[in-house]
Order: sequence, then structure tokens, then C-alpha cells
Amino acid sequence: MAFDKMELRDIEVWDGNFAAAQALRQCQIDVVSAYPITPSTPIVEGYAKFLADNYIEGEFVMVESEHAAMSGCIGASAAGGRVATATSSQGFALMVETLYQASGMRLPIVLNVVNRALAAPLNVNGDHSDMYLGRDSGWIQLDAYSPQEAYDLNFIAFRVAEDHDVRLPCMVHQDGFMTSHTAQGVKTMDDDTAYSFVGDFKPMNDMLDFEHPVTHGVQTEEDWHFEHKARQHNDLMTKVMPKIQTAFDDFEKLTGRKYNIVEKYDMEDADIAVVCMGTSVETAREVAKEMRGKGVKAGVVGLRVIRPFPFFEVQEALKDVKAIAALDRSSPNGAPGMLFNELAGALYNTDTKALLSGYVYGLGGRDLTKKHLTDLYSELQANVDAGKVLTPLQQFIGVRGPKLQFL
Amino acid sequence: MSEMKKIKNLKEFSTSADRFEGANLLCPGCAHSIIVREVLNATNDDLVLAASTGCLEVCTAVYPYTSWDASWIHIGFENGSTAVAGAEAMYKALKNKGRLKQPDRNPKFVAFGGDGASYDIGFQWISGCMERGHNMMYVVLDNEVYANTGGQRSSSTPIGASATTTPAGRVSYGETKNKKDMMSIMAAHHIPYAAQVAPNKWKDMVKKIQHGMEVDGPVFINAVSPCTTEWKFDPKDTMHITDLATDSLVFPLYEIIDGHELNITYRPKNVVPVEEYLAAQGRFKHLFKDEYKYLIKEWQERVDANWAYLNRREEARV
Ligand SMILES: Cc1ncc(C[n+]2csc(CCOP(=O)(O)OP(=O)(O)O)c2C)c(N)n1
Ligand code: SF4
Repeated sequence: MAFDKMELRDIEVWDGNFAAAQALRQCQIDVVSAYPITPSTPIVEGYAKFLADNYIEGEFVMVESEHAAMSGCIGASAAGGRVATATSSQGFALMVETLYQASGMRLPIVLNVVNRALAAPLNVNGDHSDMYLGRDSGWIQLDAYSPQEAYDLNFIAFRVAEDHDVRLPCMVHQDGFMTSHTAQGVKTMDDDTAYSFVGDFKPMNDMLDFEHPVTHGVQTEEDWHFEHKARQHNDLMTKVMPKIQTAFDDFEKLTGRKYNIVEKYDMEDADIAVVCMGTSVETAREVAKEMRGKGVKAGVVGLRVIRPFPFFEVQEALKDVKAIAALDRSSPNGAPGMLFNELAGALYNTDTKALLSGYVYGLGGRDLTKKHLTDLYSELQANVDAGKVLTPLQQFIGVRGPKLQFL
Repeated sequence: MSEMKKIKNLKEFSTSADRFEGANLLCPGCAHSIIVREVLNATNDDLVLAASTGCLEVCTAVYPYTSWDASWIHIGFENGSTAVAGAEAMYKALKNKGRLKQPDRNPKFVAFGGDGASYDIGFQWISGCMERGHNMMYVVLDNEVYANTGGQRSSSTPIGASATTTPAGRVSYGETKNKKDMMSIMAAHHIPYAAQVAPNKWKDMVKKIQHGMEVDGPVFINAVSPCTTEWKFDPKDTMHITDLATDSLVFPLYEIIDGHELNITYRPKNVVPVEEYLAAQGRFKHLFKDEYKYLIKEWQERVDANWAYLNRREEARV
């Protein structure tokens, strides 16, 4: 091959953005079509620099907007090669129309979403508003809690998305700044090992096969639209989880690093559990450990896969607990948070009698402190002791001014 | 570079390739299909095509059917240009990496869009593609209206036309703005080639399309596409209306090379008065009321002034 290999140390100090960029390099992305936005910009800058330094062979198309970025990715992917891009927040919002188009056309694009709040008010910091905005768009959504995971999950993403049984695009999420701009030790794979995990891109119905011309992106009305959408939804619900599990298993064999669809921490005998995503998982684990020291049977459930929603894994993880807190890092605007709603949906027809309450935290980059979580665990324990939820269903953690809560 | 297709006469031309089937749902008399066939038939090269949402797209790729026997993609209303740009980028990447399935092929990348998709909502995407220099051709099917959604005005709709969002009424003569000058705007991107074409002048069109496909870089083509439904004329009269458009100089045929060198490619022997062009279409019917006759005069003056301007540009050889 014409490009140069890069020598990596076994452990490199990378932030989440650079870790993701390195993964794109090692997967040898054919086309990146991108538009910058804080805090995800360094991912595509990284790809461009690798290209400039001949560590990669491919095309970088610096388009004029995020909508065009995903449009370019769609055209490139339909042409039959490996495609990725990155975005955040408003850029993600501008992309939304094309997200549906990409998934409806069954194109295995990988999108790194560095999570950030949605304006107004304008805010560049991390929360999960954009992540939730993507949740119905037909994409697979994986969540990384650290730079290491941002690196690893990109390989998983390509493996699953490009599987010919799946052919659905995949997002890899990480928390804006907290993960994207925080450097940590990242265990690396050498270039050949990394590439061998994703393998060569295997085109399907590609527009550049002139012996077999294809029509992409047709019109369907009531006679076919339902079948297409139902099939897409069915495939997402039934085919993706087993493929993710296999990819996790293979990845563990290759690297020793183990991922789970739902990450359980101290859940074997837990009475109370916090369910959350992103960097808050690590904080919650710390606090749960301390609560254990005080005799409180606390556990943490971290979602690794957001779409498809891991119903069975969540049911299994929470089947024996007595109280659950759903932590939503987005403003639900008119309803309890997404995680609260989804947990309620997942648990309703099970035998669990767990008390469920919802908490909104960390909007616009606001810290979630250990103290917040200690108080939260105490509230859950109080709910258990009282046998009912003592607080309103939805509360806001750490917001200034009069206490905000509802339902 | 591949061999340019040789075309002897119209009969041979019209049947020389069938990558766009007659089986489609476009209205009888729709010029879109004629233009598309002329563009595709101008070349024997492999094609990667895109269409924006609009009449062409919804009438030619209705699952489980397709009218296209060439690779074709539709994403949305605004991004047909960028779909082709993405495919072209992938072609370059795979070519450099030696991964093309048929490495000896020399495909051309062409996007089609209506005037709505191009002059309005997709404007930014096209500008981006032109500026970035993708090796692609963008063809506007300029029917001066949002036809697919039932005849709303676009920024290509000319003054005095009655459209559903600028209807002629008791106190209105319809559209009040001048048609956007896309040719100048696109040429200002300093692209290697921009041209106006019309389906009736098929030889001129083939020459321009062939030239456009051979140049290296982005090409912009604006094709007048009379719409029987929204312009309100009899489907059998499409070519007659197109003749009136080119011969009245309402739609002059010219090209701009490298953003500056302008060549007029068709000079009608007998220039037809604009009034005849307007009179042939229902969308201008109200202009013939006494109180709006001055608009017809203004129309003629505008067309004359534009023709004089194009001639000055051509003579100046700048
Ligand atoms: C984002 C978006 N906005 C609006 C529409 C609705 N829409 C579909 S086609 C169309 C008009 C098409 O007009 P034009 O591009 O001129 O093509 P024509 O149908 O006249 O050939 C509109 C408004 C859409 N599909 N997508
Ligand atoms: S409405 Fe006009 S542009 Fe659309 S298919 Fe009919 S004639 Fe063609």
C-alpha cells in the first residue's frame, strides 16, 4: 500500500477526539465529508492531517455545511466505500434530515457525535440533547465513556454497520469536552491488527459497478413505504444486537478489552441502581463504591447501546432492584426524560416492582458531582425504605434558584 | 479520456442509448424527459446520476420500478449535487487505491435538479460543489416553477407569471420579481464551463453536453424545460413553446468558459416578439388585459437589454 504505517506505543496519551481520529485512520476510511463544529472538529482535522502526512489514502471533502457533509457521505457510501464523519449539536441538528435518508437507504456510514447542548441559549459544552435528537433516525447508537472507548467503539461501529446483514449507519457518541478534550492513556492496536478487525470494505449495490447499475433512494407511497420502514425497524431491533455482541466478543479476544451491551457495576445484589450514559457512568461507579462502604447496596447500569434500545439486557440488569433512578442529560421539554420513559417502557411488563424516578442533570456542561450522586442514592434508599417514591417523578440536579421538579 | 460519441442525425440520436426509459410517470409533453434523454444520449460513457426531489425524481424511480438503466441516486430536495460530489470523491479514492471493480471505465457524474431545487433550496449545495471543483455536471431542468408540488413560484419564475403562491388576481399580475440570473452566479465561481441549452436545439445541446463532459471540473448547465401543466399549454406543443423561448430570446443559448469568455451559440434568423411567447402560455394570459399590457412592453425591453448585454460580453472577448 502506498501510505505509511504509523508506529504507536502500546499506550498513547490521547483525548477522545484524537482517539476517534486514530481509529478512522486505522480503518482506512475512503471518504470523509465534513464540516467543523466544537467540540468534534479535531476528529476530522485529525483525518485531514493524517491524509496530509500520508498516513492514509482517501478523499477529504470539506463541504459547506453539516447537511452537505452527510449528503456527501451518502453519495460516497452509495458509491461503495468506507465513509465516516463527525459532528456535534447544531451541526447534528442540521444533519437530521439526511440521517433519516442515510438509514433509509441502508448505508453503513459511521458518524462520531461528540455530544453537546442544543441552542438556544448557545452553549458549546457537553450534554446529551443532540444524542436524543438522533434516537428515532434509524441509526445504531453506541456510547463511549472515555477516550479508550471512543477509540475501541469506532472499530465496533464499522464492523457492525458494514455487515451485509445489517447495513445500517452507526453513531459513536462521546461526551463533549469531558471525553473529547480530556487526554488519558489509551491502549492502542498496531495498524495491521486494527485494520484486520474491520477488514476490507465489501461493497453492496455500489453505484460504481457499471455492470450492475443501481437505483438508490426511490419513491414509495402507501403501497410500499410501510414495508420498507417496518423491515428497517425490524432489522434494527432483531439483527443488530447479536452482531454487536459478536463484535464485542471478537474485540475482547483481540484486545482483552471487554464491552457489554449494558454495563453492570455492582448489580449482583443491588437494591438501588442509577442508570446513565457517558462520563456520568464512571462518577456513578465511584459513588456506588463509597455507598457500599456505608452498607447501601448501590449499583450502576450504563447503557453502551442506545439504539436499538437494549430492552432485554436492561430488564435483566434491573430485575431484582427496589429503586431506580434514570439520569437524563437532556432537557426533556414537555415529558419525563428519554431514559426515564424508555426504562418505564422496558420494565412495565416485567415482574419488577422497582420504584422509578427521573433526574435531569448536567445540561450545558454543568458538572455532576459525587455529592449530587450521594444525595441521589440516599433518596433512592429512602424510597426503598418508604416503599414509594417520596419525591416528584422528575427533578433537576444542581440547578440554581428555587427547586425545579414536576409530576 | 474516452472517445467522444459521434452522432449523425436526430433519428439515430433519439434511439442511440436507452438509459432513460420511456416508461415513466412524467406528464405527456414534459420537457424534462426530453432533456434528460438528450444529456444521456450525448455520451456512451458510464454514468453516475443523481436527481433532486421534484417531478423528474418522483416520476422515474417509484419502487419497485425504475426508469434508469445507469447508477442513480436521490437523497433529498436540496442535495442532489452533493450526492454526486460524494460519489465522485469515492471514485477518486477507490481509483487511487486500485479498488475499482472496472478500473478501465471513465464514468461521468451528473446531477439533475429542478429550478426550485437549484435556484432556491439547493443553491448552497451547488455553490459548494462548484467551488470545490468536483468533476461533475449539474443540469437544471428549468421549468421556472415548483411543478411537483403544484406550481408554486421559484426564484426562476419570471415577472408576470401566475403561480400558486404568486397568483394573478384582482389586484395582482402574479410574480413581481425578476428571474434569478443563475448563469452569471455560477460563472462567477470561475468554473470551466457553464451553458444554457434548450431541448429543441439538440445539436447545440449535444455539443455543449459533450464539451461539458470532457472538461475537467465542475460544469453548470441550465436547460429550459417547458412544463405543459404549469405553463398551461397543450402537451403536443412542447417543442413549439421551446422554439418560441429560444427564438424570442427569452431564453438565449450561450456558454461561458472559465467564468468569463462568453459565446452566443444560437442566433435566431427571425427573432420572434416576446408577446408571442407569452401569448402561447396560460400562465401569462392575464398580462393581455389592458391594464397589464405595459408589462409585455417591459418584458420585451428586458429581453432586448439582456440580448444586447450578452452580445457586448461576447464582443468584448474578456
Ligand atoms: C426540504 C424539502 N422541502 C420541501 C419539499 C417539497 N418539495 C418537493 S419537490 C418541490 C418542488 C420541486 O420543484 P423544482 O425543483 O422546480 O422541480 P420540478 O418539480 O419543477 O421539476 C418541493 C417544494 C421537499 N421535498 N423537501
Ligand atoms: S408538471 Fe410539468 S415538469 Fe412536472 S411532469 Fe408535468 S410537465 Fe413535467
